[in-house]
Amino acid sequence: MTRSITELTNIIRSKNSGPYELTLDLMFNSEENYRFVSSRNIIDEALICRLYRISPGQIIGIVHFEPANAIKVTIARPLCSGDLGETDVYGAQQHAPLLSITVDMPE
Amino acid sequence: MQEYRVLSATAILGYGFPMASFEEGLTRNPHLIAVDAGSTDPGPYYLGAGVSFTDRGAVKRDLEAMLTAGVNRDIPVVIGTAGGSGADRHLAWCRDIILEIAKEQALHFRMAVIRAEIPKEEVRQAMGEGRVRPLSPAPELEEETLEQTAAIVAQMGIEPIIRALDEGAQVVLAGRCYDPAVFAAPAIRAGFDHALAVHMGKILECAAIAATPGSGSDCMFGTLYRDSFDVEPLSPARKCTTLSVAAHTLYEKTDPYLLPGPGGHLDLRETKFTQVSDRVARVSGSRYVKSPRYTIKLEGARRIGYRTVSIAGARDPVLLQRIDEITQGVRERVKDNFKSSGIAYDLLFTIYGCDGVMGSLEPLRQVEGHEIGIVIEAVSDTQAHADTICAAARSTMLHYGYEGRRATAGNLAFPYSPSDFHAGEVYVFSVYHLMEVDDPCAYFPMTMEQV
Repeated sequence: MTRSITELTNIIRSKNSGPYELTLDLMFNSEENYRFVSSRNIIDEALICRLYRISPGQIIGIVHFEPANAIKVTIARPLCSGDLGETDVYGAQQHAPLLSITVDMPE
Repeated sequence: MQEYRVLSATAILGYGFPMASFEEGLTRNPHLIAVDAGSTDPGPYYLGAGVSFTDRGAVKRDLEAMLTAGVNRDIPVVIGTAGGSGADRHLAWCRDIILEIAKEQALHFRMAVIRAEIPKEEVRQAMGEGRVRPLSPAPELEEETLEQTAAIVAQMGIEPIIRALDEGAQVVLAGRCYDPAVFAAPAIRAGFDHALAVHMGKILECAAIAATPGSGSDCMFGTLYRDSFDVEPLSPARKCTTLSVAAHTLYEKTDPYLLPGPGGHLDLRETKFTQVSDRVARVSGSRYVKSPRYTIKLEGARRIGYRTVSIAGARDPVLLQRIDEITQGVRERVKDNFKSSGIAYDLLFTIYGCDGVMGSLEPLRQVEGHEIGIVIEAVSDTQAHADTICAAARSTMLHYGYEGRRATAGNLAFPYSPSDFHAGEVYVFSVYHLMEVDDPCAYFPMTMEQV
């Protein structure tokens, strides 16, 4: 059955990691859900590139962090924080595209 | 000493804390009261312009509680990244607040003030010696950029703070500082494990943000042992769970396993999080790996001009569908109008309801709502030039004739009169680099004073 990522997580957020990087955190609501998504590499480069209209070269890292049942994606900011054309100085509202992720799971 | 106890007052000096939490922390006889006062999150303006992003009255309120408790009980008080950005002007601003409190409360103490602003000449020399490199993905540092930079600070590590305490400081006021250093330095000086002290500092620097429910305006208590440390929030309404503490490790970091800082990095790949009680989480197994060369992080900002903005909304459905061609048309009209004026400018339109929040990262490219918000922004070399361009764009957009227009009396709904606002000086980050140093204290001169 197809499930929304919002059913599998407690926290989905974005924030600057320094002025040149944007980091996206997905924290799962159970170890089971974390393991399912983590082991199948559902949050991969291709998905992030599609959701954020970026190329693989702009992805700095995708890290699976078991102690927090979390997957972290870090991308290069399109602009350094505060440059002309900035829309989100803190990078705190860049997570919304992640909310559209769906996961096919067994019943 | 078997344990080292640290009271972290608040996530950022000036964000406040309940006195009940702070007093609860004092009943546990802390060896240290410390606070981190800074961040680059609010953007380049504050560093460049030399002003604090926190409010003076709020900073004074927090400092008054900390200094009174610390001085009266003989507990050292350590403050990092004074004034939010930690350059000389921020340091002077915070020092002034401390002197005011000391006078009003009749407090007397020995205070070390540690500067962190780096003269351009020092950076230039280091560049020449190949000791400066960009922190990817920042670009290489060019001589011209350095020349235009208003202020450069470096993040000090634990060493300058240890030196200040060695020389008898009861209060340490530090300029730009690696956030965990104000918590870790006194503990390392007392003989505790470097890795655990820094890792505990990483959690304490955000105070109760690592608790659940989290808060940036409440205290956190850390107890460092020989082989582990405990963290506990001081408000009974909060708890530290293994999950809340582990989750905090992700916050504002690129890689939660490897956390770089001055002189080395924390390696958390073997870190264990265990629940000690309902409200206390224990952390062990963190390691510290020294770098072959000690590096300090440089941050700098330069001024690129002055900004004027105009705020408006629109509700006409035809206009909403044609907003891209309207802004393009306005851009061209303004360009044509001022082509012989010699004014160099940037003109930007932020369209809320379209891609105003995410810009180029926005996957939805169509306006789907029934109204939009518009910020017209002009940046130029003087405020007067920015005013001129912003006013021209605003008036042109107000009466711009787009295809299919029925509402010929005006395109924009202004919430305010006047419609245009001075946003003042515009700064951008111009330095975000690592500099190799031989002596971790070399660029951080200290003065000791009797208050």
